[in-house]
Amino acid sequence: MADSFVPIAARPAPIKTEGLVPWVKRNLFGGWRNASTTIFLIGLALYILPGLADWSLFQAVFGANADACQAARGTGACWGVVTEKWRLIVFGRYPFEEHWRPELATGLMVGGLIVSCIRWFWKPWLVLLWVAILAAFFALMGGGVLGLAPVRTDLWGGLPLTVMLATLSIFLAFPLSVLVALGRRSNLPAIRTVCVIYIELIRGVPLISVLFMASFMFPLFMPQGVTIDVLVRVLVGITLFAAAYMAEIVRGGLQAIPKGQLEAADTLGLTYWQTQRKIVLPQALAMVVPSMMNNFISIFKDTSLVTIVSLYELTGALSLALNSDVEWRPFKIEAYLFITAIYFTFCFAMSRYSLWVEKQVAVSRTR
Amino acid sequence: MTDSIIHFDKVNKWYGNNFHVLKDIDLSVAKGERIVICGPSGSGKSTLIRCVNALEEYQEGQITVDGTALTDDIKAIEQVRKQVGMVFQQFNLFPHLTVLENLTLAPMWVGHLPKKEAEDRAMQQLTRVRIAEQAGKYPLQLSGGQQQRVAIARALCLTPKIMLFDEPTSALDPEMIKEVLDVMIELAGQGMTMLCVTHEMGFAKAVADRVIFMDQGQIVEQNAPHAFFDNPQNERTQDFLAKIIGH
Repeated sequence: MADSFVPIAARPAPIKTEGLVPWVKRNLFGGWRNASTTIFLIGLALYILPGLADWSLFQAVFGANADACQAARGTGACWGVVTEKWRLIVFGRYPFEEHWRPELATGLMVGGLIVSCIRWFWKPWLVLLWVAILAAFFALMGGGVLGLAPVRTDLWGGLPLTVMLATLSIFLAFPLSVLVALGRRSNLPAIRTVCVIYIELIRGVPLISVLFMASFMFPLFMPQGVTIDVLVRVLVGITLFAAAYMAEIVRGGLQAIPKGQLEAADTLGLTYWQTQRKIVLPQALAMVVPSMMNNFISIFKDTSLVTIVSLYELTGALSLALNSDVEWRPFKIEAYLFITAIYFTFCFAMSRYSLWVEKQVAVSRTR
Repeated sequence: MTDSIIHFDKVNKWYGNNFHVLKDIDLSVAKGERIVICGPSGSGKSTLIRCVNALEEYQEGQITVDGTALTDDIKAIEQVRKQVGMVFQQFNLFPHLTVLENLTLAPMWVGHLPKKEAEDRAMQQLTRVRIAEQAGKYPLQLSGGQQQRVAIARALCLTPKIMLFDEPTSALDPEMIKEVLDVMIELAGQGMTMLCVTHEMGFAKAVADRVIFMDQGQIVEQNAPHAFFDNPQNERTQDFLAKIIGH
């Protein structure tokens, strides 16, 4: 008699019945290397943390009192500098009594960014929302409409400038980078050459020199009487710079698409642009989310370089606020920690969001 | 030949300067004819069928598909691709789209069908390949055999006159080959013109009108299946058949 095949019924995986103690024992003190590392790190924390807490909290001066800060120097932090100067740091040279305008404008822009991150809002009208947000941003900042006093762009500064430069240059650079990446892989030699030259040229120079050119050299080539606002020139400079790097990231994604995908699209009769839009880019961009977000974060922080062409974004505004004030100048470290916290908030949010996006685009790959 | 739907006239193709991959190919395929092409790897059989829908270009001779002469002209290529469906060894489904979206993509964007109509047609074809219940899944969630059946359905959604199969079962586990071949046999029974590169000799015997043996870029021998298998004329063909059937 032939044996009949009897499949073994599937069983659930064994349940881990572990508490905190076995976990700690296994993960922190499993083996002498592991244990000594743990002990070393605990020791390090015990050595550093009390002093840090003492300096930043218990001995710190929170009031805007320069004499108290002076007295606590060396033993306690002077958060008073933030209390005293935060508006100058956050809004730069913008007229003091008009600060509600950049406040509202930045709020709108950050609100728009948050909304754009949420899947539910990915509808066609999001574009209109952005048009409205940008219009409101520039109306509020620049004034001259609705009875708002005009404010020259060279007075814009601080966080609004940082957020605006980063947002706009990322928005503009992203589509440009996709076009350049496609162009670099084009069958048409002229387009390919132009894209290669653009990428290599931009990658060959530091951002600072791009900004210098945009700010100081570009006007020399303009016809007499024609001027383009320095903010626009700087924005274009950052955008062109960022797009070149992003184009190379996108190209990496494009190269990872198997040839068979293109052949299948060809066979189905899709045109070049349909193939790119429906088949290639969705897959290629999904693949490069981590490095793309890396680049976004880098652009956000690189906006601090516009200080050298006399635009006082967050970092520049900080120097501006403290350098001229002998009384508060000694407490620059505390002020820097303040803007560090602001930068960190933005960058950390971007990094966490990138993880979420990665999970979303991975859905189609999982079984 | 008047009723031929595909016609190769002295076609030559080179890869680069030195690799002569197709040599003086003359071939006429009648409407509704089912042809199996076999031969050792590197013999040019895949290249031959990939020339039919212009995935490969050729340097000399003339290929005519359904009355359209294939040239560099993009319009001619578009015209031909509308009539020709293709199934690949590696399926080449779009992994970021669901099965249903894979099927409706071309009818909607190339055929300009409304979404509802494209979906109806897609479901019809999925039913035809007996996989309608998987419409909402992503390709990588399916087995190889299921994926290949989806790929066949995707090609059929454009209602082609000709179907090209490029080793459709070579990447499949043995247990899944039959489900794909069954679908192909069914398709053959419905009068589709088929060009199929395969080593499935059972399939060739069951459905082919003609079996073509290629070696080193040439058509060495062609015949009706039973004559081809029982009484191969060319020494090279005998040798090849002995190798693939002899174990």
